[in-house]
Amino acid sequence: MRDNYQVNDSGFYGDFGGAFVPEMLYHNIQELKDNYSRIICDATFQRELSNLLQQYVGRPTPLYFAGRLSHYYKTNIYLKREDLCHTGAHKINNALGQILLAKRLNKSRIIAETGAGQHGVATATACALMNMTCCIYMGEKDIQRQAPNVARMKLLGAHIVSVSSGSKTLKDATNEAIRDWINNPTDTHYIIGSVVGPHPYPDMVAKFQSIISLEIKKQLNRPPTHIIACVGGGSNAIGAFYHFLQDEEVMLIGVEASGEGVSSNKTAATLARGTQGVLHACMTKVLQTADGQVIEPHSISAGLDYPGIGPQHAHLHQLKRVDYGHITDKEALEAAHFLSRKEGIIPALESAHALAYLNKMKLQRTDRVVVNLSGRGDKDLDTLTKENK
Amino acid sequence: MLDELIESGKSPLLNIYFTAGFPTLDSIGEIMRGLERANVDIVEIGIPYSDPLSDGPTIQNSHAAAIKNGITIDLIFEHLSHCSSRIPRIIMGYFNSIFVYGIERFCKKCHENAIGGVIFPDLPIEIYQEKYRTLFEKYNIAPIFLITPQTSEKRIRYIDSCSSTFIYAVSSSSTTGKGKNVQLAHDYLSRLRDMELKNPIMVGFNISSKSDFDFVTHYASGGIIGSAFIRHITDSTSIEEDTIKFIESVKTGRL
Repeated sequence: MRDNYQVNDSGFYGDFGGAFVPEMLYHNIQELKDNYSRIICDATFQRELSNLLQQYVGRPTPLYFAGRLSHYYKTNIYLKREDLCHTGAHKINNALGQILLAKRLNKSRIIAETGAGQHGVATATACALMNMTCCIYMGEKDIQRQAPNVARMKLLGAHIVSVSSGSKTLKDATNEAIRDWINNPTDTHYIIGSVVGPHPYPDMVAKFQSIISLEIKKQLNRPPTHIIACVGGGSNAIGAFYHFLQDEEVMLIGVEASGEGVSSNKTAATLARGTQGVLHACMTKVLQTADGQVIEPHSISAGLDYPGIGPQHAHLHQLKRVDYGHITDKEALEAAHFLSRKEGIIPALESAHALAYLNKMKLQRTDRVVVNLSGRGDKDLDTLTKENK
Repeated sequence: MLDELIESGKSPLLNIYFTAGFPTLDSIGEIMRGLERANVDIVEIGIPYSDPLSDGPTIQNSHAAAIKNGITIDLIFEHLSHCSSRIPRIIMGYFNSIFVYGIERFCKKCHENAIGGVIFPDLPIEIYQEKYRTLFEKYNIAPIFLITPQTSEKRIRYIDSCSSTFIYAVSSSSTTGKGKNVQLAHDYLSRLRDMELKNPIMVGFNISSKSDFDFVTHYASGGIIGSAFIRHITDSTSIEEDTIKFIESVKTGRL
């Protein structure tokens, strides 16, 4: 039987995935596993979520034909405008889905990790809307480089915990959020922001983000030839690929952040440089030493600065269904400036990695290329203007 | 050695956890000698990991420091091979460390170094049973599983049926060394006692003093102390002697 690229009954994608959780979290994970499919397939749940996505988030987001970009690259380029979602990135699709789920599981407190702060802002927003207590774990280093998002989360009423252990970025923020959950197992739901973590999170987050590809499918009258998306944990990419996975004609491209270069020791290109291991309770590819110690990654973009990757991506990579490339800090910065001048759209540094990949491709006149513009660049103004000097 | 101790039915058992390579790279031998001289019943050797999810700050910091000191799994086994101590040994490690090291290679080394049992807090029993049980059985290494106040009776009985040395009962829903009051666990611990499981129960997490130890061993066969011991030897300049002093304080209540 052909692989359908989706999770199996034991929570694995081929060799990857699973729920490598300590016994202290067994009950929470089991509760989610037993209920998530039923809840998110429920008609009332779907109506409520779909209503919020339309009225509150502003979906469907446009699939914008980028004329000047298309002219430059001599092909047809469409930008999926997730940057126009309320809160400025695709993260809100998942945060709202999970908070509705948390309510149905009778949870009163929400925790989340954040790197760039986009998932933190989305979660804080959803918590304000649903009147839930919200606690966001964020690395000390990310708090400094994403100051506007920190201010937004505070305005929205979230409590921010600065994480100073380890790399002081997304990896350790995730560790601390998991530890919080171990210490508060009954009243708390953990809204993981990407397609990472123990089963059922990768599948659940993928389902909430799959609306991106569902809309792309409706917005184009025939399938695109290529879809390009950046990959840290990989939620916007899975969202953009999801409904095209079975359509082998569509070339899917995930772009990792190679930082100062894929061969340098300052990189976040997990598939290019990682080996198999367990990180944040799932089996996946991990940047780690020969002794299994996780290496601190590097990327100019806080949202891609992660030493692991969603298990489904590891699986899609192994099966070669998706091509994975990588883009350096410098190339991403150039692409962010380029899009700003060409189309009047300032992209997030994460999304700029996907845009930069256009330079690495041989495209035909007749190609129809969708780039998932996962977020807007307001949060990155500091980096964008500083690096420009 | 671990088998014999458990079969002897001795109680209460004192199990001390320490992080290999902390506070110094070469301290494994000194700690083991101190534990032996102080008549500790079981020693639990922790493999340092960059992302110890179940641990609070004390053990986290000891792991980070040990990694910085240059500890590796091979070095741990090398140090252990030079220890003449006869205390039954178990290893506690996060699954990634063992997976990357190579599971069979790890089992062989455990076998050569008299490791009787292993605790992988993040390897669920289902995955262990399905994928790794045969290997560990081949080398006669017993898996030790955790249970918590949230673990259902049905699951506890299943874990009991898959265990052969002891069951590690986490005293409350927490990470290690959280400072939650272990003496509030009366209901949970009496429920466990009344289940009359085939394996003895050792209670761990948030045990730091004689009174905590006496409390948990009123219900269970033994207690496990980690963070409190790590704190005690963090700045020590004579590790072997300080190890003995700490154990005496747990046994007598005087420090």
